[in-house]
Amino acid sequence: MNWNWFYRMGSPRWFYETTSRWLPWLGALTFILLVGGLVWGLAFAPQDAKQGNSFRIIYLHVPASFLALAGYFLMAAAGAIGLIWKMKLSYMVMKCAAPLGAVLTFLALFTGAVWGKPTWGSYWVWDARVTSMLILLFLYLGVLALQYAFNSKDVGNKASAILALVGTVNIPIIYKSVDWWFTLHQPATITFTQAPSMHPAMFQPLLVMILGFYCFYAVALILSVRVEILARERKTSWVRERVKQAAQNSLGATL
Amino acid sequence: MISNTGFWAFLRRDLLLINRRRGEVASPLIFFIMAATFVPLGTTPDAELLKDIAPGIIWVMALLATLLSAESLFASDYHDGSLEQMLISPQLLVMPVLGKVTAHWLTTGLPLTLVSPFLGLLLSLPAAGYLPMMAGLAVGTGCLSLLAALGAALTVSLQKGGLLLTLIVMPLYMPVIIFGSATAQYSIQGLAWSGPLAILGAMLALAIALCPVAIANVLRLTTIN
Repeated sequence: MNWNWFYRMGSPRWFYETTSRWLPWLGALTFILLVGGLVWGLAFAPQDAKQGNSFRIIYLHVPASFLALAGYFLMAAAGAIGLIWKMKLSYMVMKCAAPLGAVLTFLALFTGAVWGKPTWGSYWVWDARVTSMLILLFLYLGVLALQYAFNSKDVGNKASAILALVGTVNIPIIYKSVDWWFTLHQPATITFTQAPSMHPAMFQPLLVMILGFYCFYAVALILSVRVEILARERKTSWVRERVKQAAQNSLGATL
Repeated sequence: MISNTGFWAFLRRDLLLINRRRGEVASPLIFFIMAATFVPLGTTPDAELLKDIAPGIIWVMALLATLLSAESLFASDYHDGSLEQMLISPQLLVMPVLGKVTAHWLTTGLPLTLVSPFLGLLLSLPAAGYLPMMAGLAVGTGCLSLLAALGAALTVSLQKGGLLLTLIVMPLYMPVIIFGSATAQYSIQGLAWSGPLAILGAMLALAIALCPVAIANVLRLTTIN
């Protein structure tokens, strides 16, 4: 099998130039999906029989939770690739995925709290999934804190990659034990309206939003990796040339 | 094949070193007792309320005491250069690391387990809870020591690694604390407590298998660079 594509992917310059071609399309797709999904979900999807309009925050809450968890695995996978194949680029991806994932986890918790107030009567309940998300936020914060604690960027990258991998081993255990803990302590006052089958008219916009969030995550990650590449490779000739060109272009535009 | 020699040599060496500065062993223990005493002062002396939260308090304090003592696990070896000597030896560092962690457990986890009935007494833990709590602590603090050692290895080269160590290790402690205090709570409620204890044992087995390998690699990374 030809592995050239894999090694080429490790080159920051290749990544920068390829994503320059992809970004307009991906950005347009993200915009269409997010705006379309939001309008569909917020304005046109039917009201929930029990929760009324307050359920509509699901269109932000569920996609954010999906991406928060998926983002952790992506971060850990990027860290593992960096540790195994010693690719600069994958460390950059890991480094950029950490704050992005932490923000998404926070967003999931925040929208959950906003949703919880009208539904459960309080902003915070010790529900199994809520607790797991909180621990996920702590795991992200640990990786972030470790990343920036070292003087040497290289050691910081490797150390936080290892921590991310240890977290990956732990996430299923954490999830299962929180689940078990919750069944042990389940408070009787709260009933979970976990609808097993959502009405298609509600589900379709959610699907669009989930796809939109995936695309948004990709765009955000690519953008921040590109900044990281420019900052790290600022002394190479191809970056200098690019900056000079961009400066000339903007100068031409202002004149 | 990995020989056992490194394990016993480092276990003996660390125990000897700890024996020379016994004050360090006493501090986590004193912290454990002192901090747990503050909970009734801050909440209520009511025995009925205390007995419900006693297992949880004892476990949280054991967790904090382990974390506080973990910072020094590799610190002196790092500062006097013996860690580098260990790393350039042809032997794999896995068994020596396990020996060092065992020494840490023998001087933190085990004493905590042994004084925990005293805390149970202060927090009016029902008599049925003593044995399960000690069994849970004996197994669970092993997990705590192994994970704390991983955090200590990651932060060994940092000036102020102590707080960071706590930050990165604490989320990983959650399953241990859930099943640890459940062992005691089950017995108080009259349920069979062997289940949560068995899960603690499974987690310890997993941690013994994986943590020393990870720690040995992390030490190579943080020390050599």
